[in-house]
Amino acid sequence: MDYVPIAAQPEIRETTRRRFFIGAIYAVWGGIAAALGVPALVYLFFPPKVRKDEVWIEAGDIGKVPPRSPVEMVFRRNRTDGWRIISEKSTAWVVKLADQQVVAYGPQCTHLGCAYHWDDGKNEFVCPCHSSLFSMDGKVLSGPAPRPLDRYETKVQGTKLLLGKLDRPGEQRA
Amino acid sequence: MKRRWEYASSWLDNRTGIQTAVRQFLYEEIPASSGWRQVFGSVAIFLFLVQAFTGALLAFNYAPTPGDAYNSLRYILTELTGGRLIRGLHHWGASMMIVVVVLHMVQVFLYGAYKKPREATWMVGVVLLLVTLAYGLTGYLLPWDNRAYWGTVVTTQIAGQAPVVGPYLTRLLGGGGAVGVVTFARFYGMHVLLLPPATLLLIALHVYLVRKHGVAPLPGDELVPKKQFYPVQVFQDTVAIFVAFAVLFLLAVAARVPLEQLADPTDTSYIPRPEWYFLFLFQTLKLFQGPLEVVGAVVLPGLAVLTLILVPFLDRGKMVKVTRRTVAFASVALAAVGWTGLTVAAVKSTPHPSEEAQVDYSAPTDWMQLSPEEMAGVAYFREENCMSCHAIGDRGNKVGPDLTTTSIHRDAAWMIQHFKRPSAMRPGSSMPPIQLSDAQLNSLAAFLLKLNPDNATALENAPDFALQGALVFQANHCAACHLINGVGMTVGPPLNGLAQRQSRSWVEEHFADPQKLSPGSIMPPYKLSPKDLENLTSYLFALPD
Repeated sequence: MDYVPIAAQPEIRETTRRRFFIGAIYAVWGGIAAALGVPALVYLFFPPKVRKDEVWIEAGDIGKVPPRSPVEMVFRRNRTDGWRIISEKSTAWVVKLADQQVVAYGPQCTHLGCAYHWDDGKNEFVCPCHSSLFSMDGKVLSGPAPRPLDRYETKVQGTKLLLGKLDRPGEQRA
Repeated sequence: MKRRWEYASSWLDNRTGIQTAVRQFLYEEIPASSGWRQVFGSVAIFLFLVQAFTGALLAFNYAPTPGDAYNSLRYILTELTGGRLIRGLHHWGASMMIVVVVLHMVQVFLYGAYKKPREATWMVGVVLLLVTLAYGLTGYLLPWDNRAYWGTVVTTQIAGQAPVVGPYLTRLLGGGGAVGVVTFARFYGMHVLLLPPATLLLIALHVYLVRKHGVAPLPGDELVPKKQFYPVQVFQDTVAIFVAFAVLFLLAVAARVPLEQLADPTDTSYIPRPEWYFLFLFQTLKLFQGPLEVVGAVVLPGLAVLTLILVPFLDRGKMVKVTRRTVAFASVALAAVGWTGLTVAAVKSTPHPSEEAQVDYSAPTDWMQLSPEEMAGVAYFREENCMSCHAIGDRGNKVGPDLTTTSIHRDAAWMIQHFKRPSAMRPGSSMPPIQLSDAQLNSLAAFLLKLNPDNATALENAPDFALQGALVFQANHCAACHLINGVGMTVGPPLNGLAQRQSRSWVEEHFADPQKLSPGSIMPPYKLSPKDLENLTSYLFALPD
């Protein structure tokens, strides 16, 4: 009887052929799923390329601020929201403290976020909502406020006051 | 473990019947003659699924209102990782779908597979072709750039010409001939809300009919034992799908899909062109002028669709061998020649894009914010091949220092001295002196001082015409009277937004003889070479408003 190699026997050839087809089908579909899935995940989960918001924003002229007399400065700040750049009005209470140190407070009371103001007669920051009182250096004098006024990072260039991030201690940031 | 798996799968099958259904689907019997020629239907379904997937991904970052649509698409293209690829897949996938659907129809047509009892399968297929075209038509508007806007203006006006239903169609497409927010909303609604479920239903019906009547056999095939769909035919379908996907992926990676400027309804000079697969219709339209226009616009395409639907009733003979279907082959050849002829004619009559300097808004355009002096600096930067030694972020060579991080610590005076005698400012530097005039070195320094890691890639995108235009602007000291991006003098009018105020030809004529066009102007005439004139005008027209 003639010798027939195993691979040439009809049934075996048929099964290897079948195996090859099935293997190829799985391989191709796996490859396609990866080629679509990986870019999709990257697209959805990678953060947008950093279009950095301005780090230091010019708030105003510090030369005009008298020492130990808080002034409310209004400035515009750009915020990037997806494909939009939103220009928002922001304010800061700016004080030149005795030692020529400039401090800028965020405009909201640390209790529940009401807008407080400076009372010249009392020489205190007064929150109208729940009567929290703050001193010129931001410390809580009385009322329910849990912590001193929040401060912006500041930088002075000539007489220009530049503001950075608002530092909110104790508040969780995402 | 194995037993547990078997238990789980038999439970699932018992409760849902899913395995039985899949098995029935895969082990369906098909004629022994089936093979490679029948792969196109599967490829078409696959491409539809890719479109649905990439379309959903795009929708996650897309705002479907005019204006915002454009900005959000730019955001996808320039800010999101992988956004360009996803849009490329969706854009080229649409074209490939048309190609594959047509190939599928040609195959069925040549083999006469629409004959009794498969007439309904064919007719549903024709409707699916129309649905595919409707996707192309409605999707074309969604980027809301000039191309999208003006293309759709033409489309809606053609629809308005249809006899009897014309006015109703116009109203349905969102108003009195003008393309605006309503048209946009309706096109978007059609594209993402109406067409996809309709497609799914039609595909289900189409596949059901294919299964009901079985895959069409060749004549004489009925006597040969049948084979199963799985695995050989599935393998062949998979290979075809793989080839189609590879082509699509390569196109999406390599062929840039441009984005033109934001749609400008007042731009009367824009010459609209439809997508390539509609060009033949566009050309047909041109053959019919005046009152006959309706023939080219509506009557002929309508008759063509009607004929296509009625094919199974026009050709009712018995199935014969494909090689004996000479009439079918002749029809396909005739249609192919006609289509190609019309398309080529349309392409030939399209003004060449290089005639007009086009800005590609699908890439960052930070260069538009630069002053002319800084733009000229970019030109010298390229001319002097600075990147053959210096790195710009992660691009360029690393022989010299990375200019995006080092130059911000210098000032212009230092840089200019350094350009003239590099080794005097930095002992041991192997940089050759740059042979440019002081004014030119000033420009180069001005540009380098602006360079940072964030804007580096954007500056590489500055188109050549803008650089050349800025050089002409600098050479003629235009900034001594005119303001661009806040730099220059205000003796003459500021040049930002010039494109809104004047036409291109007006500006070009104005250079030669300012007093003729604006009497009393103190601007001296400028004799510019045609090339300089073109570059300068294109540059001025590309400035932000």
